[in-house]
Amino acid sequence: MKASRRDFLTTAATAAGAAATANLANAEDHQQSTGHDHHDHQVVPSDMALRVKSLESLLVEKGLVDRAALDALIDTYEHKVGPRNGAQVVARAWVDPGYKQRLLTDADKAIAELGYGGQQGEHMVVVENSSMVHNMVVCTLCSCYPWPVLGLPPVWYKSAPYRSRSVIDPRGVLREFGLQLSEDVEVRVWDSTAELRYLVLPERPFGTEGLTESALAALVTRDSMIGVAKVPPRREGGAA
Amino acid sequence: MNGVHDMGGMQDMGPIQEEKNEPVFHHPWEGRVFAITRSMSAWRKWNIDALRYQRELIPPAEYLRISYYEIWLTGLLELSVKSGLVARAEIDSGKPAAGSAKRTPALTADKVASLVAQGTPASRDVMAPPKFQMGQRVRARNINPIGHTRLPRYARGKFGTIERDHGVFVFPDTNAEFLGEKPQHVYSVRFTARELWGERSTLSDAVYVDLWDDYLEPA
Repeated sequence: MKASRRDFLTTAATAAGAAATANLANAEDHQQSTGHDHHDHQVVPSDMALRVKSLESLLVEKGLVDRAALDALIDTYEHKVGPRNGAQVVARAWVDPGYKQRLLTDADKAIAELGYGGQQGEHMVVVENSSMVHNMVVCTLCSCYPWPVLGLPPVWYKSAPYRSRSVIDPRGVLREFGLQLSEDVEVRVWDSTAELRYLVLPERPFGTEGLTESALAALVTRDSMIGVAKVPPRREGGAA
Repeated sequence: MNGVHDMGGMQDMGPIQEEKNEPVFHHPWEGRVFAITRSMSAWRKWNIDALRYQRELIPPAEYLRISYYEIWLTGLLELSVKSGLVARAEIDSGKPAAGSAKRTPALTADKVASLVAQGTPASRDVMAPPKFQMGQRVRARNINPIGHTRLPRYARGKFGTIERDHGVFVFPDTNAEFLGEKPQHVYSVRFTARELWGERSTLSDAVYVDLWDDYLEPA
């Protein structure tokens, strides 16, 4: 499938003329030079850094943005807000049935109990996975994602392959993530088309009965809270 | 608008490529674009729906070709110019127009923590009776607006069930074009996979789509 698509793109580029061919060539240069091929057919011009630097200088000079505020925002999402927040929510729900009940009925309040909430998580909904129901989350229209509990979304979540196929072939998508579900498990896909933000409460793995809340939190992965994976069973000497 | 951003149900977009230990930003400029966009939004010259709409207006081939934060940058530049915060000539030259006054930033570093913690709720505390009840069968309207909408194409004309009533929220179709917030109820509507995609889908599977009153009609 992939090879045929690339052939098609090459043919299209030839037909479209030199400009398009140059773009494809740049794309390949970029992939080779950075070692990233997660953008696939997307091109990142080398002058983006310069363009953005120039824009930032202009906006600072006009008094429209505060450079220290930019630094603080970046620091927040690089270092303070991320999937470890969500993992603590999940672990608390696993050990405290009362908390779990509050989380499933009024997620905003329950998540705020642990000190999380805010931007792009103003209206949270938590959906629970079980042996019979598997939930997964997507935003087919853009990139909506529960920032306060998961941080900013990974590239694959925002990419065309995930956005397009999650709703029409969720089981195929899950297989790509290495998760094969039996036909008698109901798959529920939540498309984040409004301002509700979804967090999956994954199943607690077997063999974790004796673990503390913080040891449980260390087991919870980002992907399990998006619903494209299960929390892996605890391994000997694994994270705890 | 029936744009390429409305991807649900498309096929042949390639494999999903997970990156191990992925950084939050792949290049420093991506973080800058993210932070500049948040900071500029603090001027309240636009709203999140207008920002999404502006990104959707990127021509389809371009939208697919460029990276995520280039899409953000494009939307930001367009709205900055449209709103009058910045002139296009200033962006081109990188210099403020002669004689333009220097402002005080709307978002300063000391306000970042509260912005992040409080967010920008889209719910509205107004009386707006729900048009639909829990468990009610509904049909997503078959509409094809040329402007912004959050009713994905794959759900239009399909029958579903009201699963949850989330309360009253700003309506994106009008809000995106500064035509008013038109607050109304949003519901999670359950569509069976077979209703959406036909007989070959697994019988028990379903897609839940968050839809506003104006997107729905009684079935």
